Amino acid sequence: MLNSSLKQLSTLLATKKISSVELTGEFLKRVKALNPDYNAFITVDEKMSLAQAQTADAMIASGQAQPLTGIPIAQKDIFCTKGWLTTCGSKMLSNFVSPYDAGVIERFNAAGAVNIGKTNMDEFAMGSSNETSFYGPVKNPWDITAVPGGSSGGSACAVAARMAPAATGTDTGGSIRQPAALCGISGIKPTYGLVSRYGMIAFASSLDQGGPMAKSAEDLALMLNVMAGFDTRDSTSLQRAPEDYARDLAGPLQGLRIGLPKEYFVAGMSADVARAVEAAIAEYRKLGAETVEVSLPNTKLSIPVYYVLAPAEASSNLSRFDGVRYGYRAPEYTDLNDMYQKSRAQGFGAEVKRRILIGTYVLSHGYYDAYYIQAQKLRRLIAQDFAAAFAQCDIIMGPTTPTVAFALGEKSSNPVQMYLSDTYTIATNLAGLPGMSIPAGFGDNNRPVGLHIIGNYFAEAQMLNVAHQYQQVTDWHIRMPDKLIA
Amino acid sequence: MQWEIVIGLEVHTQLSTRSKIFSGAPTAFGAAPNAQACAVDIALPGVLPVLNRGAVERAIRLGLAVGAKINSPSIFARKNYFYPDLPKGYQISQYELPVVAGGSVKIIQIGGDGSECEKTIRLTRAHLEEDAGKSLHEDFQGMTGIDLNRAGTPLLEIVSEPDMRSSAEAVAFAKTLHSLVRWIDICDGNMQEGSFRCDANVSVRPLGSDKLGTRCEIKNLNSFRFLEKAIDYEAKRQMEILEDGGTIRQETRLYDSDKDETRAMRSKEDAQDYRYFPDPDLLPLEISADWINRVRAMLPELPEAKRSSYMAEYSLSAYDAGVLTATREMADYFESTVKLLPTQAKLCANWIMGEVNGRLHREAMDIAQCPVSPAQLAGLLLRISDGTVSGKTAKDVFDAMWRGECGGDADIIIETKGLKQISDAGEIEQLIAGILAANPQQVADYRNGKEKAFNSLVGQAMKATKGKANPAQVNELLKKKLTE
Amino acid sequence: MSLSLDDIKRVANLACIEVSETEAATALIQLSGIFGLIEQMQAVDTSAIEPMSHAQDVVQRLRDDTVTESDQRELFQSIAPKTEVGLYLVPKVIE
Repeated sequence: MLNSSLKQLSTLLATKKISSVELTGEFLKRVKALNPDYNAFITVDEKMSLAQAQTADAMIASGQAQPLTGIPIAQKDIFCTKGWLTTCGSKMLSNFVSPYDAGVIERFNAAGAVNIGKTNMDEFAMGSSNETSFYGPVKNPWDITAVPGGSSGGSACAVAARMAPAATGTDTGGSIRQPAALCGISGIKPTYGLVSRYGMIAFASSLDQGGPMAKSAEDLALMLNVMAGFDTRDSTSLQRAPEDYARDLAGPLQGLRIGLPKEYFVAGMSADVARAVEAAIAEYRKLGAETVEVSLPNTKLSIPVYYVLAPAEASSNLSRFDGVRYGYRAPEYTDLNDMYQKSRAQGFGAEVKRRILIGTYVLSHGYYDAYYIQAQKLRRLIAQDFAAAFAQCDIIMGPTTPTVAFALGEKSSNPVQMYLSDTYTIATNLAGLPGMSIPAGFGDNNRPVGLHIIGNYFAEAQMLNVAHQYQQVTDWHIRMPDKLIA
Repeated sequence: MQWEIVIGLEVHTQLSTRSKIFSGAPTAFGAAPNAQACAVDIALPGVLPVLNRGAVERAIRLGLAVGAKINSPSIFARKNYFYPDLPKGYQISQYELPVVAGGSVKIIQIGGDGSECEKTIRLTRAHLEEDAGKSLHEDFQGMTGIDLNRAGTPLLEIVSEPDMRSSAEAVAFAKTLHSLVRWIDICDGNMQEGSFRCDANVSVRPLGSDKLGTRCEIKNLNSFRFLEKAIDYEAKRQMEILEDGGTIRQETRLYDSDKDETRAMRSKEDAQDYRYFPDPDLLPLEISADWINRVRAMLPELPEAKRSSYMAEYSLSAYDAGVLTATREMADYFESTVKLLPTQAKLCANWIMGEVNGRLHREAMDIAQCPVSPAQLAGLLLRISDGTVSGKTAKDVFDAMWRGECGGDADIIIETKGLKQISDAGEIEQLIAGILAANPQQVADYRNGKEKAFNSLVGQAMKATKGKANPAQVNELLKKKLTE
Repeated sequence: MSLSLDDIKRVANLACIEVSETEAATALIQLSGIFGLIEQMQAVDTSAIEPMSHAQDVVQRLRDDTVTESDQRELFQSIAPKTEVGLYLVPKVIE
């Protein structure tokens, strides 16, 4: 059952082979057993989860079940969840019981899904290893000495260790795809604007996008069917007709043109990752796809551009954490300014403070044009590169990360090295394009490798089709660490 | 040295929307603290702003009324600073590309000699932004209390060019703008409740210089009187510093009305670096030509146009026309009255500006609440113009109308109270004959050149008729009799 | 461009984050490294390029002017650090 797809679980529930309360109980048991070692969850609340499971069972009994009704889903602790502690991985929100539900949470609730717990994450989603969490690092299920990636490391770990059938994540520069790759699961960051940002605690507003993390593309499609949709409370939410993201899963890939950016296949990528990615592409050729070389000449600038724009937006987004209306307030201070200074100094961790400082600097008087405006102009060039590439191909592929999971502590004292681990994923956020990572084998030390699939705007259904067809002829996505097989 | 004062104003008008600019919380004044501060207003983690169409529409209205350009697209930006009544740590405002650019307002001033002069004050821009909450400094355990009900209230900040040269001009501009925003129905203009607040940028320079001096900004002036006094104080302060060889420090100052002085604000001591940047939560605001046209079509005739037409059509002075177009209700009242008495425009104007306005003022009422309707007033004015009652008696009739006597009908009041003027020559002659007979001394005095005696005789005639005798006729007939 | 310790302190003050001398010195080293990366941007001539603020080329959607929110003060203030008579309390503010 741990390896069951969402569809299979849904069938079990629909045919009354198992109730949601039982299913939820099973997963809670596994969380209880594994979480002390892996630290994937910040908050688990059996009572609240089981109460939701009961509601789901009632929905099923009355014939109102939807595809995800009764299925436990792990929620990244960045989504405000009414009545649940919502920390965003920070000490700043260590006492924040959200008084409201995020748009995404509302949609899961309406679908009858069960919240199995709030997953660990890099503080305010700033990190690529989950080591910036105030609640301690998450461990990689494939190797407990390795990082799970970040910032949605808790969600990736929860799915990879089968503590939850599926989870939510958010992706500002690779935070869904990079941990999915490092933990050997599937994850998709949709086109910007598809998933509501309302109630998703903001890191960098023009880049943040929520998305699902699961074992397979098929599961992602079912999750995305729930998560995506217009929300009037988010001005950047797109008003589009609802779609079924699973509609094209079965389509053949004959004639699919896969663009391979030449810049991705030169510097930086380690040999083990290159081997796995090339093998995956060879598999696609067998499925009838053809490959074309494309060029993304400005993609190399995406890291510098990102580390101007994301911190700039973050420095402003995080100003609301001032200890006045909610969250952490320093216990001792001399006056108002001292209260601000100390609450923020003590409430935020080192990486968050670092990014606030960078962001404040690039927006400050005299530097704005040279940094912020220049970065926004380059952002356009990066987006234009993709437009040109998509004139030649249907989909772009490459590695999700330059290396497999690195060791805990390996990069935590070197921010620049850490930032470079998002080198392949960031450009899609800058362009607003959808990006996806699926398991494509293993590299050194038997650590997972992710295949990165980038689609054109709103091409999610096609990307899921491309991923699903690969998963029909490979089994990377259903493998799990030996030691975790119950 | 001769100094010239240079003033520019920034006027914050609170827009009269039902809900806030970026949230669905109500904007009503006077609610319990924080009862009208919703999740977006208190900036809970994860909440997002969604712009109120009503606020944009009101900004377009102002833009059209002052002949400005409506920018499309227009961009919202974040102004970053920490203050406890600013929940997000930034204010959503506009920086580059405000919704309204340029435009101008004409002000009229009356000189000491009664002459009228018109001046055009140019506007730089008007931009939409959200208001902050309120800090209450009464002692709460030695702390300050924060009420966020006002946070997120829509404001249109109207910025003028430094075109004013005296506190009187600044007040005239503020009053004209105050009247305009109410006229076009975008702001209730309630200054006590802070719906219309001014910041004044004041500098001085040697007369004849074309270089601007260093300016100080005086914040939050919420009455015309304070605006005037604060500018006067500040200009004098700057002149004194400069005359003593000092220099002016560019700073933000606060006007203390108790002490009638301005002082530097401590919270604004450090030069601020607001780090403006486009708000990533809000996309470019596009305002279509079609929308602008619809707003234009709904705009009432503007006070400036009405003022000119009153002057042309009714031969009113600019001052009178200005008073009658101070509010739309006032103009409506005047127009409804004069429509019934088209030949007596001046009489209508005088009565509305004098008796009606005075009474409203004494009773702290608004013209919309006036118990005497334009039709009723016209009924009374008709009786003045046809000589049925004297102007003096008419005031008594007006009093009765105000109290609602006889259904406010002037004719019935005149009739039942017997206030009709005595204009019958025979009757008056008879009356005069009696008075002359009874006052031989006064008659003699008058004939001996004592003019005062004449007034006394007129007074007696009026007294005898309880003021009803037509005074002009009394005068005329008395003079005739005395010179016989 | 090179950052100074004063830059770090100025920016920390703008961001309202207390930093000790040691923290400022560490931040200087780390931020200098990051800005080394960021400086790569300056090599590109972007004079003809329009800045891109948003991930999509869409215009702003507006809300109708209706009241949709009701009083939730009690709930919201249940998680506040310090309140009294419905007010959020902060150390004395001097204007």
